[in-house]
Amino acid sequence: MLAYALRRLVSLGLSLVVASLVIFLVVEVAPGDPASFMLGINAQPDTVAALRAELGLDLPKWQRYLAWVGGMVTGDFGMSYTYRTPVSEMVMDRLWISLPLALYALVLSTALAFPAALLAASRRGEAGDFAVMGATQLGIAVPNFWFAMLLVLLFAINLGWFSAGGFPGWEDPGAALKALTLPAVALALPQAAILARVMRSALIDILAEDFMRTARAKGLTRAQALWRHGVRNALIPVLTILGLQFSFLLAGAIIIEQVFFLPGLGRLIFQAISQRDLIVVESVVMLLVFAVILVTFLTDMAYAAVDPRLRRRA
Amino acid sequence: MSVLSIEELSVAIGGPILRDVSLEIAPGEILALTGESGSGKSMTALAVMGLLPRVAGVTGRISVDGAEVTGRSEKALCALRGATMGMVFQEPMTALNPVQPIGRQVAETARLHRPLGRGEAETLARAALDRVGLSEIPLSRFPHELSGGQRQRVVIAMATVLRPKLLIADEPTTALDVTTQARILELLRRLAREEGMGLLLITHDLAVVHGLADRIAVMNRGEIVETGPTGEVFAAQRHAYTRALFAASRHRAALAPRPPGPPLLEVSKLSQSYALPRKRLFAPRPRFRALSEVGFGIRAGERVGLVGESGSGKSTLTRALLGLEAPEAGGVTLGGVPVSARATPPETRAQMQVVFQDPYGSFNPRHRVGRLVAEPFHLMPGAPKGPEREAAVAEALEAVGLSGRDAARHIHEFSGGQRQRIAIARALITRPRFIVFDEAVSALDVRVRARILDLIARLSEDYGLAYLFISHDLSVVRGITTRVLVLRRGEIVEEGPTEEVLARPRHAYTQELIAAAPVLPADLAAGEEIHAT
Repeated sequence: MLAYALRRLVSLGLSLVVASLVIFLVVEVAPGDPASFMLGINAQPDTVAALRAELGLDLPKWQRYLAWVGGMVTGDFGMSYTYRTPVSEMVMDRLWISLPLALYALVLSTALAFPAALLAASRRGEAGDFAVMGATQLGIAVPNFWFAMLLVLLFAINLGWFSAGGFPGWEDPGAALKALTLPAVALALPQAAILARVMRSALIDILAEDFMRTARAKGLTRAQALWRHGVRNALIPVLTILGLQFSFLLAGAIIIEQVFFLPGLGRLIFQAISQRDLIVVESVVMLLVFAVILVTFLTDMAYAAVDPRLRRRA
Repeated sequence: MSVLSIEELSVAIGGPILRDVSLEIAPGEILALTGESGSGKSMTALAVMGLLPRVAGVTGRISVDGAEVTGRSEKALCALRGATMGMVFQEPMTALNPVQPIGRQVAETARLHRPLGRGEAETLARAALDRVGLSEIPLSRFPHELSGGQRQRVVIAMATVLRPKLLIADEPTTALDVTTQARILELLRRLAREEGMGLLLITHDLAVVHGLADRIAVMNRGEIVETGPTGEVFAAQRHAYTRALFAASRHRAALAPRPPGPPLLEVSKLSQSYALPRKRLFAPRPRFRALSEVGFGIRAGERVGLVGESGSGKSTLTRALLGLEAPEAGGVTLGGVPVSARATPPETRAQMQVVFQDPYGSFNPRHRVGRLVAEPFHLMPGAPKGPEREAAVAEALEAVGLSGRDAARHIHEFSGGQRQRIAIARALITRPRFIVFDEAVSALDVRVRARILDLIARLSEDYGLAYLFISHDLSVVRGITTRVLVLRRGEIVEEGPTEEVLARPRHAYTQELIAAAPVLPADLAAGEEIHAT
């Protein structure tokens, strides 16, 4: 198990190095000079040159790469070209919204999907199954921003239970969670629909396995057999989907952030790209890559925890 | 009082599955229920366990140790299963939950039916595992860390941890090697005798029945056609179906003597090994030697058998022979041309074909039979096209006893035996000189198997075919080959004329194999022969 974890860690480190190189090079070859962009089209060439020197843009590429990576390791992400504030501060502020939102949505979608999948799989071909399958079909088909707007109409405007958008900050955690609830629901619903479908089909496959028949021959009821012997075996594909969904939720929530006026990571990166704030783009993308690789690592660890057969595999 | 009593049981799922089945088993008695696949053996077992599909219509009476099974509520049935009656299934590899330690799975049966703490249940599980001969195996092991025979022992421990009155074993040794089979059968016999447990043994193998059962019930198409003490049934064989089963079980194909042809296949010093997972993080990966310096030759038209248990290297050898995998050392030549993973010319590939065990899994279910059979044609540069190709497909299908019209059908429309005929037709279409039969009849019922063996013998005659017939079943190899190789741990330990090797084995391993293989008594060998159709 330890060897498995170490091997995964080495692979995690290598992925990070490769990803940082790719991100750096892509941003480098992207057209547009941040210094001239910041100073506007009427800037004097020597002013631009001075700014370039100040920002370190005149250094050789490899020096700038090392400085960038070194900075990130020590927590110094550099200064935003546009706002002249430390990138790390900007990112941290946004992360405090995006990360809880992603987790919130993930918890909601899991809480919705698991019972629905268990119900559908154990009542395969019956009314409960059809109801769940129909609902998930709808959940996948409905665009989440449109669903978000419906949520706002109903719960914020008509019923007045939630505010329609914005974020009050974490000083009052209750209010903060309340502000994240509608966006989390909007994000969770389509994810839950996908998760429920994957888990249902995984469970149905497991139900046909010989060891489920063995479990019944021991005297377990249908439901007991499904719960004790089915669920854990069905978790592998579910974990894969959960890992992918978390990565997506972290940065892919931009449309939902727009609908609810949430200053999250998605909006930050969108603004940074349109303002050629390359250092912000670089840093946020790198951070997201790090998050995805970390989640993959955690998913791998979860696989091994669930399935003992994977622990000794190279 | 009998531990199992079935009275006029009829089961219908759509059509009738079981008709008026009646059985009795006394404590400590072993009853063998035998018959071919689809005869209703497993359905009888599932009916006793109350595990039939919900749609099944059941009439008649089943009682286990005095308790009614028929008409009992699902909840009351759960209380019986595992406690009063236990069941062991055919596939030990998949009968256990892969993500739970075996101790917990055995203990679960106990905790389910008795108010036991975790520790007490584990003590019981330990005792049950000791009883089945796994005293060396810790409770914390996972199923994938055990061999097939050990897993089957775990399943038996799980079914007998509460010492049920009735144990049902559904083909418990069909998936196991002969030496393992002998040990598992002995274990079942001991459990029945020592614990006074009634054993309902379901098996298609009459030789297994002979060595083990007190009484036998022969089933055909959902009905019990003959029943009685084993010795009597074996001697009398009153019913025609019983006679046909016995004849097919000992069936041997007619192999006309044939002068040795020129050398065809040459295997020289073939070695292969696979890397195993590392023991420690930076330790070098240990290697498993699957084949070490295996060498033999097959002449044109020669009929050779290869016997070995699982893990002996049979599959590795097959892959190397067919050039599907490059060996580490040594080589294979066919008609003087080297066969290797990359460089074999297609004409040489067309000269050798293979028929696998699973007649369904080895076909693409979406293609029609005509296309499946014509598949090897892509190996031949001047392969026939259009009507000529259709004629060739029809000819191959007719050669294996099917009709040319079957080319338009899909594989799922055929029975197991017919599928294996189609596999043979596919192997024949390029008019090969050499065919590998890899456990090609192991999944078939005895009567179907007898017909396929006759077919192989006849085709070998008609086409002057040489073949290597790989099987774990000595009786099958005896009936279809004239020379045999015995493979053990990647080495050929014995070879010679089939009759001689089986009658007077020299190597200790061959002797062990032959001793472990269940046999039908010789004085019954005069049963009526069935004829190939």
